[in-house]
Amino acid sequence: MNKLTWRKLVNGVMLTLTGVCTVVTISVLFVILGCLLYFGAHSLNWNFFTKLPLPPGEEGGGLANAIVGSLQIVGFAALIGIPIGFLAGVYLSEYEDKYFASVVRYVADLLNGVPSIVVGILAWTLVVLPMHTQSGLAGSIALSVMLIPIVTRQTEQFLREVPLALREGALALGASKWKMIATVVVPAGSKGILTGMILGVARIAGESAPLLFTALNNQYWGGLREPTASLPVMIYKLATSPYEDWNRQAWAAGLVLITLVLVANIAARLVLARGVSVPRG
Amino acid sequence: MKTISLALMGLLVVATAPFAAAQKLNACGATFPDPIYKKWFSEYGKSHQGVQINYEANGSGGGVKGVTDGTVDFGASDMPMTDQELAAVKSGKMLHFPTVLGAVVPVYNLPGVTQELKFSSAVLADVFLGTISKWSDKRIAADNPGVKLPDEDIVVVHRTDGSGTTFVWTDFLSKVSPEWKSKVGAAKSVSWPKGLGGAQNAGVTGLVKQNPNSIGYVELLFAVQNKMGYGRVKNSAGVFVKADVATVTEAAAGAARNMPDDFRVSITNAPGKNAYPISSFTWLLIPSKFSDPAKAREVKAMLHWVLTDGQVYCATLSYAPLPLAVVTKEEKQIDAIQ
Amino acid sequence: MATIAAAVKVSKAPTQTGDIAARWVVTLFAVSLLALAVLLIYELVIGSAEARSKLGIWHFLFSTKWNPVTEDFGALPFVYGTVVTSVLALLISVPFGLGAAIFLSELAPAGISNALTFVIELLAAIPSVIYGLLAIFTLVPLMRLYVEPFLKHTLGFLPLFQGTVYGVGFLTAGLVLAIMTIPFIISVSRESLMAVPREQREAALALGATKWETTWQIVVPYAKLGILGSIFLGLARALGETMAVTMVIGNDPSIHASVLAPGYSIAAVIANEFSEAGGKIHPSALVELGLVLFCLTILINGFARLMIVATTSKGSRRP
Repeated sequence: MNKLTWRKLVNGVMLTLTGVCTVVTISVLFVILGCLLYFGAHSLNWNFFTKLPLPPGEEGGGLANAIVGSLQIVGFAALIGIPIGFLAGVYLSEYEDKYFASVVRYVADLLNGVPSIVVGILAWTLVVLPMHTQSGLAGSIALSVMLIPIVTRQTEQFLREVPLALREGALALGASKWKMIATVVVPAGSKGILTGMILGVARIAGESAPLLFTALNNQYWGGLREPTASLPVMIYKLATSPYEDWNRQAWAAGLVLITLVLVANIAARLVLARGVSVPRG
Repeated sequence: MKTISLALMGLLVVATAPFAAAQKLNACGATFPDPIYKKWFSEYGKSHQGVQINYEANGSGGGVKGVTDGTVDFGASDMPMTDQELAAVKSGKMLHFPTVLGAVVPVYNLPGVTQELKFSSAVLADVFLGTISKWSDKRIAADNPGVKLPDEDIVVVHRTDGSGTTFVWTDFLSKVSPEWKSKVGAAKSVSWPKGLGGAQNAGVTGLVKQNPNSIGYVELLFAVQNKMGYGRVKNSAGVFVKADVATVTEAAAGAARNMPDDFRVSITNAPGKNAYPISSFTWLLIPSKFSDPAKAREVKAMLHWVLTDGQVYCATLSYAPLPLAVVTKEEKQIDAIQ
Repeated sequence: MATIAAAVKVSKAPTQTGDIAARWVVTLFAVSLLALAVLLIYELVIGSAEARSKLGIWHFLFSTKWNPVTEDFGALPFVYGTVVTSVLALLISVPFGLGAAIFLSELAPAGISNALTFVIELLAAIPSVIYGLLAIFTLVPLMRLYVEPFLKHTLGFLPLFQGTVYGVGFLTAGLVLAIMTIPFIISVSRESLMAVPREQREAALALGATKWETTWQIVVPYAKLGILGSIFLGLARALGETMAVTMVIGNDPSIHASVLAPGYSIAAVIANEFSEAGGKIHPSALVELGLVLFCLTILINGFARLMIVATTSKGSRRP
């Protein structure tokens, strides 16, 4: 075999392999979805959505409190995290002061990379100990710490992309700086910003580690001032338990969670309607 | 914009509005009695105007830490608090209230072995030390004549979290094996020579269930509810005893007669021909002083119920009810709560 | 930005209250980010003070004991587990990730490339606990029944593949982490590859190189900083993963040479022990572990971003 044929062979093989890698990676997603559908779908019954958990060994309990608990915790985290992240992002994009802005940017990236369990430790010392109880609030604060850097960087990124011309136009018409930002720049970048917020919230909705010892768990309905059940924490407990009824509930909960997360992700990216890479900030 | 802000306000209200309940108590702690506590608090809530007692089973260590930090109203532990732990409690004095008697059993998963296994205490210690590493070991076979054991590595399973069940197990092993006592010791959290770790009784049961050729230690009910095999253990009288209500009650007989005033006692390796050697009381850790008098009232009422009406639920869940002498003594201690 | 600044200076009085208020507000929130980070570091340092003074930093970092009874704690088994599982994850995910990235940037038509990348990025959005759930019931039995016995049988002469087959352990955890880090590697590498100027490829092809040779010898090296950056990014993610790891690593705080053995990671031990670590030293030791993990991830994230920035700003300035 001459050199050329060999090179052509290598070419063919390697390029096919890259295709194989892609197929394998894509298929993993479908395997995950398939398993969740297969194992979880038939446990999604009325009980699951409406009943409270039952003592170990008794069948027929549900995860109603975990679903509501997750909504409460994530909702409040979004309430805190989105405004802070948004305004910090506006600062980075519109008001940057030489040195200070790059420090803030670096810090946002730093916070983004903090392992979620470490954020849990922070929330423990800041909220649980002073309040003398685990609570949904502590969980919310932990999650908002994770949300803020995501929203900040996304906001900054999309505000920067608003064309100079739009800004100059507003200023030329006599708008003050903050009016320019509020009425022209932000609406122009709103698609991307909204995407960032939705993606951020979807990301924290699935987090379990920061809630383990901050929101703890609850057999009943919780709230922001007391221990609260949440979907990701329940999945962890139910999956590692021996009871088959609980394992089935774990699958169902996993299906619910992944549906929420994926729907949010798909919706967000469709809103954006362009090939954006995995947010790095 | 207006609808959004209205929605946000509504969300805030929903998020912070406590769901209606007469009184809420938060407790956490041992997984050893978790099934019966959950049953009790559920039944108690039904018959007492919706009193909600939220019990989170995160291990005895969690219960002790919870009452020490003051993050819960009361705790639960299968290991009585040590003097050091009691001294660390900021709010004041803690009271121990035994609630039920239970057993820690060696639960195993041996595909193909249908007979019930017997374990002498030294064998158990050596399995968990790692000195006995295969199921086909001569010493296990000596305890189980006629049983065909596979020539497989023993997968040891233990707790990752601070566990009263661990304390009961290691307390027993420390009493029967000097090597265990010096190398590992007895506590809620120890440095295990080997094995996989699972969180809480449920986690250990789950790991044993999922891993063939494994052995772990769990509270009796977890093995029963999941239809898993658990072995007989040789007691100090030399008899291989199976854990059940009767054998556990016998193990507590001596302690029932001579219960110390603070109720802190260990009944592992108890004397008695049919005493199950790995039995234990489990305690509720109640502060002697509550800042909220309503809570104090609720806790006292709950304790009364637990010591009287609650005891009928024990047998179906494989726990042994408290000896009468102990109950009488505890009723007196309830008055010490303010 | 200069134009805007000039425009602002010319057209407005700098004392306009609305602007000043707005500036203060947004600056305040930006500062809050700084405050948050400072608070985090402060709490970690304070919380670990007890352990640092009682155990000493060197002893803590290099001791293999984790004994709550004698209150002697060492971080080495956890650092080892964290590093080993992350390295395993990268060993698996980098070849696959790079291969897929090459396919998506060089071979696939733009539309398909975007669509497939979108699907792959969905993998990054899946919560850790769901990966754990799946791993427990599908991957672990697979590993225990087929993969690990096979590895032990064929490669058992290496100490890497010896010992009891549990199903859970370093290898399984590494595999799960690989799946979790692959989307990051693909996404960032693909962008780095696409940023390579067309001229480079065309020059190579014009010289008679095959498509593979062009890609492997010209395009990939050109993008290597970005690719390296993506690897570090994936590594940083893998180091901090908690739930998926604790569900499949076996939770055994010891160091084993074999990847079939169970182990422990920093994040997993904090998750398992923090809520009931009693006394003063145990919780402090866990916070110190958190501090170690924090420092590790910051370092690696820092490297990653340096490299990614270096790549995307390179453009066609290369001689």
